[in-house]
Amino acid sequence: MYSDKVIDHFTNPRNVGEIENASGVGTVGNAKCGDIMRIYLDIDEAGVIRDCKFKTFGCGAAVATSSMATELVKGKTIQEALEITNKAVMEALDGLPPVKVHCSLLAEEAIHAALWDYAQKNGIEIEGLEKPKTDISETEEEEEY
Amino acid sequence: MIYLDNAATTRTAPQVLEAMLPYFSECYGNASSVYKLGQESKKAITKAREQIANVLGAKTDEIYFTAGGSEADNWALKATYEFYKGKGNHIITTKIEHHAILHTCEYLEQKRGAKITYLDVDADGMISLEELEAAITPETILISIMAANNEIGTIEPIKEIGAIAKKHGVLFHTDAVQAFGQVPINVDECNIDMLSSSGHKINGPKGIGFLYIRKGVKIRSFVHGGAQERKRRAGTENVPGIVGYGAAAQLANETMATRTAKEIELRNYLIGRIKAEVPNCKLNGHPEKRLPNNANFSFEFIEGESLLIMLDMAGICGSSGSACTSGSLDPSHVLMAIGLPHEIAHGSLRLTLSDETTKEDIDFTVEKVKEIVARLRNMSPLYEDYKAGKSKSIIETRY
Repeated sequence: MYSDKVIDHFTNPRNVGEIENASGVGTVGNAKCGDIMRIYLDIDEAGVIRDCKFKTFGCGAAVATSSMATELVKGKTIQEALEITNKAVMEALDGLPPVKVHCSLLAEEAIHAALWDYAQKNGIEIEGLEKPKTDISETEEEEEY
Repeated sequence: MIYLDNAATTRTAPQVLEAMLPYFSECYGNASSVYKLGQESKKAITKAREQIANVLGAKTDEIYFTAGGSEADNWALKATYEFYKGKGNHIITTKIEHHAILHTCEYLEQKRGAKITYLDVDADGMISLEELEAAITPETILISIMAANNEIGTIEPIKEIGAIAKKHGVLFHTDAVQAFGQVPINVDECNIDMLSSSGHKINGPKGIGFLYIRKGVKIRSFVHGGAQERKRRAGTENVPGIVGYGAAAQLANETMATRTAKEIELRNYLIGRIKAEVPNCKLNGHPEKRLPNNANFSFEFIEGESLLIMLDMAGICGSSGSACTSGSLDPSHVLMAIGLPHEIAHGSLRLTLSDETTKEDIDFTVEKVKEIVARLRNMSPLYEDYKAGKSKSIIETRY
């Protein structure tokens, strides 16, 4: 069901934890759907992401996408981080099962939420960043008989 | 490997497999054929039918083999509705039935004009007999309530349900897929008119089940074709499957008392240790009236699929009612029906024992569960908030 990379990032997740006095923190998802992702960013004066940590409540794919997302944003500029899409996270993980694609959307959204928090705290505007949705969910298909 | 998912399926017992093997190789005759080879198969089917009828206190010609529990459930509901809809269109069932019942009811409701009452259950998963009786109307033709629940293990009061059905002249069907061979059931004592069961849940083979149909219940064939199963279920008989099911049923019945006593003891040991050693956890299902081998827990702040994958890596097979494992966005309908909040339902773990389970297996499993739950909690933002005093524990405040 999962690629080796997903299993690797789930069993040995990179960057689990919190950052004290983080530059930005973003939490997305809800417990109702069974996925909550929180991303912490440490951003330096030059606007480069020095460090990134996460905490996730969710399935194997949710943990793996969080882990991969933190790896991808580390060392990037804010603009570069903003351009990381859910597709990039999925590709880096060698794909996700179709029912788990929303986990990667959650990871993209969590990065945006943390960047938004950083922008709010510093009274700046980040070009191309809109206020993120905090609740990512999908609509369920109707069953046919 | 430690296999603790015996409610999903079981290992085919060696003696069951042995009984089946000749019917693949030497005795491969069609039971409908007149020559000796065919008649050998017919004899084998008759024997299996007796073995099964014995377990239920039924007559042999009341056992109809099907391809499994789901077919038996579909048959019971659709054919009862088809035959008796002139009398009324109302069926009573519960919110915690298997999907083979629930989705069949939805079909009858949406496409065939049936009216279905889905009874609530209490926090332990038990139906209310008062609510059941109050739900009966002159239009009610069938009550379909499971003998025991597959997820939380709760055993429903089928004897009392049967008595109510009889009093009101309503047919009673029970999905006994989890209960058959695990708890004693007598179709006469419980006034059961129809009962579904499946072979692979009791160390028999997959792809075989049966529907018990009491004499006088006028349901027609669901699969049309040849005259097999007294013209009620067409198709060349799955002889090895039937033979295996007969052997498994006899075995389950003969070993029931000792096997389940051992399972209950180990299961209670498992529940006791988990509850004492893992904080913020609760047992789901009725504390006593539950299947001998079933334990179902909810661990707060974590999600079930993560737990299952990590248990699998430790060599332990279990199951969960989380959304990620149910294939939909919601956690299991059973956990919702017993009133669990989503957060708690997502963190469920079902462990179901067999007579092969040892105390060492349980000790190892408990240690791994403790380790993995702690590990996942350290990753969880919900646990972080709880630890920081930003949110309260639902289990601590509600249970």
